[in-house]
Amino acid sequence: MPITENKLWRRHTPAGSLIRWVGWLLAVALLVQCWDILNENTIWDFVYDAPAQAADLIGRMFPPRWSVLPSLWSPLWDTINMATLGTLLGVLLGTPVAFLAARNTTPSAAFIRPLALTVIVSSRSINALIWALLLVTVLGPGVLAGIVAIGLRSIGFVGKLLYEAIEEVDNKQVEAIEATGATGPQRLIYAIVPQIMPAFAGIVVYRWDINIRESAVLGLVGAGGIGLQLNASVSRLAWPEVTVIFAAILVTVFISEWVSAQVRQRII
Amino acid sequence: MRDVARWSPPPLIRNPWLRYGLYLGGAVYLALAVGTLHINWARLALGLERGWAFVSAFGHPNIVTHWREIEEGFIESLTMTVVATAAGVAISLPVGLGAARNLAPMPVYLLCRGIIAISRTFPEIIVAILFVKMFGFGPLAGVATLAFATIGFMAKLLAEDIEDIDATQMEAIRATGASPMQIINYGVQPQVMARFIGLSVYRLDINFRESAVIGIVGAGGIGATLNTSFERYEFDTAAAILLAIIGIVMATEYASSLIRGRLR
Repeated sequence: MPITENKLWRRHTPAGSLIRWVGWLLAVALLVQCWDILNENTIWDFVYDAPAQAADLIGRMFPPRWSVLPSLWSPLWDTINMATLGTLLGVLLGTPVAFLAARNTTPSAAFIRPLALTVIVSSRSINALIWALLLVTVLGPGVLAGIVAIGLRSIGFVGKLLYEAIEEVDNKQVEAIEATGATGPQRLIYAIVPQIMPAFAGIVVYRWDINIRESAVLGLVGAGGIGLQLNASVSRLAWPEVTVIFAAILVTVFISEWVSAQVRQRII
Repeated sequence: MRDVARWSPPPLIRNPWLRYGLYLGGAVYLALAVGTLHINWARLALGLERGWAFVSAFGHPNIVTHWREIEEGFIESLTMTVVATAAGVAISLPVGLGAARNLAPMPVYLLCRGIIAISRTFPEIIVAILFVKMFGFGPLAGVATLAFATIGFMAKLLAEDIEDIDATQMEAIRATGASPMQIINYGVQPQVMARFIGLSVYRLDINFRESAVIGIVGAGGIGATLNTSFERYEFDTAAAILLAIIGIVMATEYASSLIRGRLR
């Protein structure tokens, strides 16, 4: 028997195909519209010039001026401190928020849980650089603004991952502890905390690794660390120095990533 | 009864030497770090007053005075997000296919993994500085930055997904005499497509958040407006912009979790 058109296998029903087709059409229309807006706001002469600019930039970045390296140790130390102390602050503030947000530990699912979730979302939606921008105007430029910015940003990350870990604990252990007549705090310490400890350590080290990355650029808005040096060099158009600073940032990021991967491998 | 030692929960780090060594190292580091902080207390006291002004500005956010700039900034941010995500996802497809060890030959694999590594190493804001130098101020530099970051993110996750697929389905398609393109189309794509679309939606969400930042270095979007409002100490406008960002992020996050939930 010859294969006729209507015997051919099709993945979707005609209605399903139509919905999909309309969906793609809308997506493409949106994209074209967006491209139009973008097109209006772009000076294309600068863009045609881009390859030449890039070549020029690379030409100026090499050879790197390695002599600035000794003056980078102190900002690098500041950067690492910002990341570490900021992580500490974020963990100190984020852990209670996580316990308040987890369904099985929150004191009130109707009032306190939504509040804690709002704190987590607000902290997560605002980038560390914006927090830093804000805190530099409030606290003045310096390492402290960076620490607080990193801390505030970390609350959401630590809070979200930790409350998910708390909600996933094995409930049998909690029930076993409760059966011994444990009080509320004892239930937390003996049933829940031991179960989330490995996840907690992993989250902290992971966030520290991300924070090293973020604190390296916080100086761009005046919050101390090696980013401040980067900003100064970029403003003076001292590209050979910029190359050295990039290299320093990359090496620091690689080391922190390696440390974090090692620690997480050991405990998880 | 014999005097029994009180039971205590087992510690996370078993080896006592390592455990106490880490405590000691941590304490020494903390003392050193706090010792080199250099806090300017006079400036801080001044700042607390300003901080309070800022916090209270959240009580009366002002979106009216600079409505034109805010509107322009948000439209620019959203267009940057859409275009950059589309471009980044489109480019990440071939890169991701090339970075999957079970599909690509060694040279292609190494090349694509190299592209991913470069894209993931540099923080967005640094990439933005370079693109602003190359393309000039404006949203196109922002689009290039976000697309560049999207490539690394999407291609890495796509490659990992492809490496985890069920190889028997691919073999079954190959056994019918399919060409390499057909193998990818019928043996690989159905297995990874749902997650790929989910990740694209997630990346859209991330790109909007990032688009609010890269404006600080001149790459267009709401970040530039926000930066200006901070520099003019117009805390009520800044508060309005921040609240709007949080609102949009919450909405996109909710929408993206809804879409990803339906795809699963």
